[in-house]
Amino acid sequence: MSSSSDRHKEVFREEAHELLTELEQSLLELENTPGDSEQIGRAFRALHTIKGSGSMFGFDEVVAFAHELETVFDLVRNGEIPVTKELIGITLESGDLLRRMLDSETGWQEAVASLVQRLRELVPAGAPSPSGPAAKMKEQKDPEKDRDAPQVTYRIRFRPSLSILSTGTDPLLLIDELGQLGECKAIVQTEAVPDIDSIDPEACYLYWDIILTTGKGMNAIRDVFIFVEGDSGLSIDILDEKGSLGGEANYKKLGEILIERGDLSRDDLENILRNTKRLGETLVEAGLVGPGKVASALAEQQYMREKRRTLKEAEAASSIRVPSSRLDKLADLIGELVTMQARLSQFSLVNNSPELSAIAEGVEHLTEELRDTIMNVRLVPIETVFGKLRRIVRDLSNDLGKEVELEIEGGETELDKSLIEKLGDPLVHLVRNSMDHGIEPPEVREACGKPRKGVIHLSAAHSGANVLIRIVDDGKGLDAAAIKAKAIEKGLIPQGAEMTDREVCQLIFASGLSTAKEVTKVSGRGVGMDVVKKNIESLRGTIEVESWKGQGTDITLRLPLTLAIIDGLLVKIGDGHFVIPLSIVGECVEMASAKKAGRNGRRIANVRGEIVPYISLRDLFAISGAPPETEQIVIIETDGRKVGLLVDHVIGENQTVIKTLGGTFRDIDWISGATILGDGSVALIVAAGQIVSGLNAKRWRRPPARRNKKG
Amino acid sequence: MSKTVLIVDDSASMRQLVSFTLKDAGYDVIAAVDGKDALGKLNGIKVEMIITDLNMPNLNGIDFIRQVRQTAGYKFTPIVMLTTESQEARKSEGRQAGASGWIVKPFTPDQLVSVVKKFIR
Repeated sequence: MSSSSDRHKEVFREEAHELLTELEQSLLELENTPGDSEQIGRAFRALHTIKGSGSMFGFDEVVAFAHELETVFDLVRNGEIPVTKELIGITLESGDLLRRMLDSETGWQEAVASLVQRLRELVPAGAPSPSGPAAKMKEQKDPEKDRDAPQVTYRIRFRPSLSILSTGTDPLLLIDELGQLGECKAIVQTEAVPDIDSIDPEACYLYWDIILTTGKGMNAIRDVFIFVEGDSGLSIDILDEKGSLGGEANYKKLGEILIERGDLSRDDLENILRNTKRLGETLVEAGLVGPGKVASALAEQQYMREKRRTLKEAEAASSIRVPSSRLDKLADLIGELVTMQARLSQFSLVNNSPELSAIAEGVEHLTEELRDTIMNVRLVPIETVFGKLRRIVRDLSNDLGKEVELEIEGGETELDKSLIEKLGDPLVHLVRNSMDHGIEPPEVREACGKPRKGVIHLSAAHSGANVLIRIVDDGKGLDAAAIKAKAIEKGLIPQGAEMTDREVCQLIFASGLSTAKEVTKVSGRGVGMDVVKKNIESLRGTIEVESWKGQGTDITLRLPLTLAIIDGLLVKIGDGHFVIPLSIVGECVEMASAKKAGRNGRRIANVRGEIVPYISLRDLFAISGAPPETEQIVIIETDGRKVGLLVDHVIGENQTVIKTLGGTFRDIDWISGATILGDGSVALIVAAGQIVSGLNAKRWRRPPARRNKKG
Repeated sequence: MSKTVLIVDDSASMRQLVSFTLKDAGYDVIAAVDGKDALGKLNGIKVEMIITDLNMPNLNGIDFIRQVRQTAGYKFTPIVMLTTESQEARKSEGRQAGASGWIVKPFTPDQLVSVVKKFIR
């Protein structure tokens, strides 16, 4: 090739000399008739050709210099600068220099620089500045470099203009070219083809839907259509990028694809879905979408399903093991980041600079995403704990002489690793309890008309930001009357306390009332239910029991997904800030002081006709000062009932990074932790569940006559 | 049977380079020195593709393209123009005249062949 390229160079050199002669002659003509446009055009063309052809044969310096000259003559041609003696002089000199440049490698650089300088002085300010012509070529070469780039799947709709054939372009060749970029599936759409008698044989009525997987990038695809993009319709969407694949091997439903492509409206889809026929058939029958479109969408669906399936397999192999301490560290750091971000948001709020708040918002979004991501990383399926329980149930069945079957549902439900670790003991206890005291011996069960084999149903499921874990047995249930009697005997509730059976059942979690030993007379094991409740509450969870005598018991644990960061409701009492976990907050209502007084000191609010007792946190925490005119009640739901917490102001939602309190404060029941707010101050996290259950116990224990002086 | 490409350029070195490259890629080449020469050479013969420079004496590239499109038998012939990066305006002018595509100088032989393959197999 080098010999042939040398030959090309030689031809160019000869040609360039001829062109320079042309240039010279036209310049000399111009000296006599400065306005002769034909001669100006001739000079321009000579320079243009030297530049254009020179670039093909590697005469970069010649090209760059010719480009400067061409720029000037372009302006002359457009009448923007006149032909002067000086211009002709410089150009003639330049022509001589170009000849030297063509023939020898060196010795002309300085002369070029000074001539370029003089040329540029001729160009008025504001005229387009000359740009290096060599840059373009590098750019065009780039896509080849990215051969190892990640594979991306695109959805392409190529709708050639009707007249595409008359510009000499064959659309099929373009689609073939696409096919050379990677794995490609093209579906032709024929719906726009008119009846045979109104058809224009020179027009292209077809268009194509194409699915393409390639590592060459969007630009390579656009390059295929580079000549037709202006006239023809072309849309390219990324369906999938390797590495960020949307998980499941099942790809989108047909209807979703059609909606995404804009071929079908959501309303139409929903109307059609009410029929039970195959969606594709129904759509075609209804005339909403042509059969071609359905076929195309189905092809995409299948294509993507297969792609994902193979990818999923590859992915399974690509997980890595990381020491959990590193994840903890990362979670800690993100917690700090959330705190810093809150400070930034606060600062931007005060400073009121649009630029700053844009940054603050950006940081906020990123932090939220980061927070969610790290939480996701720390999630572990609950199956690990459930698995342990299987063994316990089996062993215990033998020990107790009972026949029990453990049913597990939702073992794949994920929650934070640290929660899983702490959940083990309470769950073991609860399951043991069910076996000990819930499930009856086989003979008793038969006598009651139940199957010999008892069933403990263990399930886990997500519910918003919580995980619900239920332990349901079909045993004999709780004896509400017996529990109540025991509680009265122990002084936990006053004689004649009015309670629903449901409320009575919750008493099994009160300390001092061990259902295990006293109520059922079957020997209990390990910790009592009060410890279980404490454990669950230390995980910021709640526990509830429901029971039907003779039919069974249902214990429900509600746990947050994570321990480190929660969504909280920020409230203010006096000068202090407090956070109430948002997961238990039902609503917030205003409480006018006038209304409060009218209640005769009784702490009961009327919320849309519903009677809700409330607790004043101001009084509870002994915060001095007078409450504002209008206070707010945050209504929380705990232990299956609604309770209001009276606060001064509700400020709003807050991403709460939980800091545990030091050992000194370990015994404080009503505060579960602290968090740092955006302005650097500290807010305490209210342990709402403990407050409510603690007060319940107190209220029952003490004569109801004791009332707060403030009222 | 190999396909025929007509190249039109007033620069002898360009003509040589382009025809060398295309012949190497298996095409037959007819060369013309400007638009007028090219129209004369077309004259009813079968040509699969035309590659033309824009800046040419006698009949420039734009006018040449316009006339080819109006000539019976060449209505659907792909026409690719050779431009330089400073000719954006001329590029759209060329498209309006009926050009199918363009190649920006400088280009490599591979780039030239890949553009030709867009239009003929």
